[in-house]
Amino acid sequence: MLTTKEIKHIAKLARLELTAEEEEKFSRQISSILEYVEKINKLDTKGIEPISQITGLENAVREDDIIDSVIQSDILKSAPDRDGNLFKVKSVFE
Amino acid sequence: MDLNKLTIKQINSGLKNKDFSCKELTKNYIKAIEKKDKEINAFITTTFDLAIKQAEKIDDKIKKGGKIGLLSGVPASVKDCFCVKGVRATAGSNILKNYIPPYDATSVKKIKNSGVVILGKTNTDEFTMGSSTETSAFGPVKNPRDLERVAGGSSGGSAASIADDMAAFSLATDTGGSIRQPAAFCGVPGLKPTYGRVSRYGVMSMASSLDTIGILAKAVEDIAIVLEIIAGNDKRDSTTSPAKADNYLDELSGDIAGLKIGIPREYFIDGLNPEIKKAADQAIKKLKNLKCEIVEISLPHTEYAVAVYYIIAPSEISSNMARYDGIKYGYSAGSDKGEKAENLMEIYTKTRSKGFGDEVKRRIMIGTYALSAGYYDAYYKKANQARALIKKDFDSAFKSVDAILAPVTPSAAFKIGEKTGNPLDMYLEDIFTIPINLAGVPSLAVPFGNVGKLPVGVQIIGRHFDEKTVLKIGHYLSS
Repeated sequence: MLTTKEIKHIAKLARLELTAEEEEKFSRQISSILEYVEKINKLDTKGIEPISQITGLENAVREDDIIDSVIQSDILKSAPDRDGNLFKVKSVFE
Repeated sequence: MDLNKLTIKQINSGLKNKDFSCKELTKNYIKAIEKKDKEINAFITTTFDLAIKQAEKIDDKIKKGGKIGLLSGVPASVKDCFCVKGVRATAGSNILKNYIPPYDATSVKKIKNSGVVILGKTNTDEFTMGSSTETSAFGPVKNPRDLERVAGGSSGGSAASIADDMAAFSLATDTGGSIRQPAAFCGVPGLKPTYGRVSRYGVMSMASSLDTIGILAKAVEDIAIVLEIIAGNDKRDSTTSPAKADNYLDELSGDIAGLKIGIPREYFIDGLNPEIKKAADQAIKKLKNLKCEIVEISLPHTEYAVAVYYIIAPSEISSNMARYDGIKYGYSAGSDKGEKAENLMEIYTKTRSKGFGDEVKRRIMIGTYALSAGYYDAYYKKANQARALIKKDFDSAFKSVDAILAPVTPSAAFKIGEKTGNPLDMYLEDIFTIPINLAGVPSLAVPFGNVGKLPVGVQIIGRHFDEKTVLKIGHYLSS
């Protein structure tokens, strides 16, 4: 069972804010899911290469050509806050 | 003639013979949506004005004697996690409630270029995370066959739009069963292609190593027609295969006699509804009559699939969802007058806490936990080793058989609200569909049999990139 301290830590890493009620609910639910997925530990996977690309593709490369893309102003239209052609962000360092 | 029940080929010949105009056809579909969708809730956004304009263009072309392709003028729906330029795309989430994408997904661009008329964007579980469309911020989709029951998910809107004649075909996604399970619940065919067969460019990512783009339609033949258009390499999605797509429509008429079909014993477990077992038996009998050879096979790691999936998928989700930060697009607590976000950290946390629903939060946190310092080897790496074992099961099976037949779901559509209290219960709904995504192989769900008045289905699973064989078998099975 995840402790309140653990769920708070995970939420912080995930940039989520939980109410006390949510902390209780999510730690209960997530604990039962983690308990269920533990069953993979019954599998012997010694020496098995983990899957990295399921159809076996390797090194997909393309020419470094300049192609038409979405224009800047279209993208900036979606910005919640902007300053001219820039995204506006609160200061990173205080 | 009920125009809304026509298959793609029938629409095409009707348009060519001038039995009806594209505008007439489109208006019929619009009328159906206006009449039925208040109850069903299959669409989040409709694009009727755009559809009429597209239809007029097709009619104009026909009038001038221009040649039209098979997909020209065919009215379709598109799941709301795809980007259609200038049309709101929410992915079923409040965080994208007002998001207008500035470009088309590759698959959307391809159907547009083929003359498809887009009727609207279909309801989905939030960011496709769910098996019932109940995690959508826009309310659940009702099953057209029984309004008290779910349409399945996450592509419940797409499946209901086909089953209730509100679109001729639908583009959707399948990460753990999201096309096949709602297809089975609503009684329509649905294809999850091989991973990398169809470009994911412009489709909101959930679990990038598992996400596939597929099709639901009224007939397997229609799926073949659409797949031929959307399949293929895309330099904007480097995981798409460089291998050329097949001529799926031409291949449909090929013979299936002599094909070896595997029946995996692990899919016929105690929890399987006896009526679904019966339906699968009847499908097997039908294939025998068509001179297929039936072989019992084993996929020994099947029981681990859901556990493997619920490590890999949430891990990739936690990473993919990081982009929703309230800075570049979507909902932001920073510009929400009802929220007080004093600094950057508060913009992040308040945006995400208000913007995401519970299921998305749960999966982000499971993934964050699994990937956090000290746990990576025990969870993500171990799960991808287990995934290799699951893939090996399929590789070995396909040495002796050409395709595999299995049920799509252990039971028929459940009641709305029945499983929302226990996330793990909901996850186990996908017990027969998840292994296929982990192995990356293609699978076609076709309606076969009933449980009471509810439709159920079987799936035909094939080798990597062998969509032509699963479509061919599905075509014979459903005709």
